[in-house]
Amino acid sequence: MLPTPKLDFLPVLPELILAGAGIVTLLYEALAPRASRATHLGLSLVGLAAAAGASIALWDRTGDPTVLAGAIQADRLAVVARVIIISVAAVGLLLGTHYYDRSGDERRGEFYPLVLFATTGMTLIVAAADLIVVFLALEILSLSLYVLTGMSRRGQATEASMKYFLLGAFASAFFLYGVAMAYGATGTTKIAGIAHALAGQTGGQALALVALGFLAIGFGFKVSAVPFHMWTPDVYQGAPTPVTAFMAAATKVAAFGALIRVLDVSFQPLAWDWMPVIWALAAASVVVGSVLAIAQSDVKRMLAYSSIAHAGFVLTGLTAANQDGIRAALFYLIAYAMMTLGSFGVVMLVSVRGEERTSLASYSGLGRRQPLLAGLMALFMLSLAGIPPTAGFIAKVGVFGAAIRAGHWQLALVGVVSSVAAAFFYLRVVVLMYMQEPQGEEQEEDRSPLPRLALAVPAILTLVLGVFPQMLLGVLDKASVLRW
Amino acid sequence: MIRLPLVLVFSALLFSAGVYGVLARRNAVLVLMSIELMLNAVNVNLVGFSAALRSLTGQIFALFVIAVAAAEVGIGLAIVILLFRNRETINVDEVNLLKW
Repeated sequence: MLPTPKLDFLPVLPELILAGAGIVTLLYEALAPRASRATHLGLSLVGLAAAAGASIALWDRTGDPTVLAGAIQADRLAVVARVIIISVAAVGLLLGTHYYDRSGDERRGEFYPLVLFATTGMTLIVAAADLIVVFLALEILSLSLYVLTGMSRRGQATEASMKYFLLGAFASAFFLYGVAMAYGATGTTKIAGIAHALAGQTGGQALALVALGFLAIGFGFKVSAVPFHMWTPDVYQGAPTPVTAFMAAATKVAAFGALIRVLDVSFQPLAWDWMPVIWALAAASVVVGSVLAIAQSDVKRMLAYSSIAHAGFVLTGLTAANQDGIRAALFYLIAYAMMTLGSFGVVMLVSVRGEERTSLASYSGLGRRQPLLAGLMALFMLSLAGIPPTAGFIAKVGVFGAAIRAGHWQLALVGVVSSVAAAFFYLRVVVLMYMQEPQGEEQEEDRSPLPRLALAVPAILTLVLGVFPQMLLGVLDKASVLRW
Repeated sequence: MIRLPLVLVFSALLFSAGVYGVLARRNAVLVLMSIELMLNAVNVNLVGFSAALRSLTGQIFALFVIAVAAAEVGIGLAIVILLFRNRETINVDEVNLLKW
């Protein structure tokens, strides 16, 4: 008789609920003769709420740090990351429902299960305690996102989907090769086990270093850090805007959650070896993202380059390689998720049907045509630029502070200079909206209230976290302690 | 018993062939096949390490990789078919509505 490991399913309950909700919506779409979007949305939101509740219930959990034979980590980092991802998914679903409602497209009932499955992968990856689980979760989320990217009749979406798929699968192969090397170097795929094995070794760490390099490439693609960023602008521009909003905000949180575990637990003994690599990736992303964004004339592409720069800022926090850095990175990820979700949401509302009016020129005079949308966009732009009193400012102060305290003041300097350059293209949008006349004749506008209500969530959080950051910092203090 | 370094070198060559294929091929299906080659190089690695370390984890992981690779091909070919219906080509150089 083989000994059966003790099964404690509570720490994966959020994932079980999400996958269950995904299957329910899938069956509803397949079996109901006339499936309606409202029912889909209701089912999905109930699932998301239940999953959020189940993850918050894990906050005070005591007991083994890992469950299910060391596959799942039950710590507070996972709880915080899960809650962010689930809230982003909820807003994404609301935006998506409106998007497909007004497009007059086919029913697109598969949107809901796909978003739910992608969310499952994202929450699973931040709770993974074994590199096998990291890989599986990465594929669950990626495969769903490849399909979501192509969910539109436009040729651009298909093209974006293919590019995302080919480069994403290519990156997964690199990631996998790194995992295989880590397994070869240490004889285990457990995230904590690798750290124990590496800490005991002296000399002969070539395999572990190769593993580190390949894992850095794989993660670099997923978080879109320069020089692995080529897919980002194309995919963000080509994908349907609500999908872009969901993917840009949530995937980054998920990938960084896993990266934090791999760097700060597995490869903690080799911190002095990976620090320069992350340093270089951070500096390159910040500079290239900020500079190339200036040259863009399409607002979705501009936001894509801005997301590359923001990946660099999060990496800046991670160069600290300590609890301080993790806390700063987490705060940045929350602020980033809210700002990005919000700004892509506004972009969706400004482009009336499908993907028209995504050029920067169509934002001129928005302040007069749609004061509410312009106000929201201005708030998100100021926050992305890192201007107080918004969450973006506090987040930037946090990551730069963490980097400086760890002795990387040069990197902080690069970051600050790039932020100044980046402020140009963010403020350009604000100037266009408020200081220019509307171009062209009067066109129909999207004035539906539901998506505006959904956008209130990121807008309020952006402001509140900018004025009262200590509300969240206490929580993040506890979340940034990695138990292993 | 095959020695581990031989397995590692073979797998590295297979992986490199896959990387070359992804970068050099212009046909989307061939790029997909090259990616499969890379995944199989990883499987060779995992099984080789598993035998050398006398631990089962590597073999189990290889099974997972095979299953995921199959799912990935399913999605990939579906996307390629969709692209062909839209554009009448699967050459990745001619797919250029968005700036590459």
